[in-house]
Amino acid sequence: MKGFWHDAVEFFPILMSGVVLTIVVTIGSLLLSTVLGLLWAMMRVSGIKALSLLSASLINVIRGIPIIVLLFYLYFVMPDLGVTLSALQAAILGLGIAYSAYQAENFRAGIEAIDKGQIEAAQSIGMGWWLTMRRVVLPQAVRIVLPPYGNVMIMMLKDSSQASTITVAELALQGKLIASSTFKNTNVFTMVALMYLTMSIPLILLVRHFEKRAGKK
Amino acid sequence: MIELNDVHKSFGANEVLKGVTASVQKGEVVCVIGPSGSGKSTILRCINGLESYDRGEISIEGLKVDRDAPSIVKVRTQVSMVFQRFNLFPHRTALENVIEGPLYVKKESRAQALERGRALLAQVGLAEKADAHPPQLSGGQQQRVAIARALAMQPKAILFDEPTSALDPELVGDVLGVMRKLADDGMTMVVVTHEMGFARDVADRVLFIDGGIIVEQGPAKALLNQPQHPRTQDFLRRVLHPL
Repeated sequence: MKGFWHDAVEFFPILMSGVVLTIVVTIGSLLLSTVLGLLWAMMRVSGIKALSLLSASLINVIRGIPIIVLLFYLYFVMPDLGVTLSALQAAILGLGIAYSAYQAENFRAGIEAIDKGQIEAAQSIGMGWWLTMRRVVLPQAVRIVLPPYGNVMIMMLKDSSQASTITVAELALQGKLIASSTFKNTNVFTMVALMYLTMSIPLILLVRHFEKRAGKK
Repeated sequence: MIELNDVHKSFGANEVLKGVTASVQKGEVVCVIGPSGSGKSTILRCINGLESYDRGEISIEGLKVDRDAPSIVKVRTQVSMVFQRFNLFPHRTALENVIEGPLYVKKESRAQALERGRALLAQVGLAEKADAHPPQLSGGQQQRVAIARALAMQPKAILFDEPTSALDPELVGDVLGVMRKLADDGMTMVVVTHEMGFARDVADRVLFIDGGIIVEQGPAKALLNQPQHPRTQDFLRRVLHPL
């Protein structure tokens, strides 16, 4: 740890450029996974057999492929099929798709936790499927879904480091590059770890807040 | 107004309705009594399409009840339901519960829905609870909000599925009082209930159901005071004199 503060000051700007990309990848894939996860979950509970089956198969396929393989596929294989993505696009797409499976299962669990009587009450005043979802089920499911959603946010922040494998110069990759050119492994990776931790802590507090709110009711 | 013709319904191998034929006239109050598991709740749930039926036909003013057809929405806006466990929306206030249907299903203006919503809450004696959320209300108050919610749809009939069974005994009277007033005002009502006093005083007709069929039916006082069928006699003896 010799000269840690000195190194910290020197490497901080480079690592910060990595932090920016880490945040971009995390937020991008969080949004994508939320939209896709909601879509899969709605298909799953739609009561239409074909949609529900399609969604279940999709979720299983996505869950069965490691994130890193998904990233390689998008970045290295897609160009052969005529679709060229930038590393950043491939990273957001890959992580977003990979996490959509977990989001979907989380959303579905939240939706199915709503008392059946609520749905019957909605139907009994003439609400159709979509109106029942929008006015009755989803607003109540949000409280249930938020704590695990917060945990997914933390996991995504950390898993965004996998984007380094397809050359996205986010925090982990910047750290690796500095370390391999300066041989100051200890100082550099300690800094990288601390920077991830700094980003995680607000999210951890957010999850705690969600849990308290869900518990109150 | 409500017609049931030879309605059959099975849950798996268990046939709960074995050919029910009945009709309810406009303005009539019909109480459905019978032992638990006799199929009386299932009949109500079939009438507004919460449950499908296998054979026979149910119609409301000539409109066939088919839960898989788009017309089911029309059926449900004409026939409201009050549930045993209230099923109020816990994330909305009493008033919001009442105006939910008029606002989002019937697309009434907010001002109009609010005005009638407040009037309905006043009618069930809960004007001052308009802004309370359901968990802050007693069971009896929740059920009265549920009745207001049903009325807000301006239905032609209301189905009550054991509306007082989940209530503490001292709260039953308030709910029955509201229902009696509705009956006096000419509302068409089908009430599944164990409240024999209510059935005798308020109902025009009583149906006794056992084993998925209507065993006996007739004018309320006659059926409850002089039941003809031995199963009706046996059931009423147990309910009225449990010791």
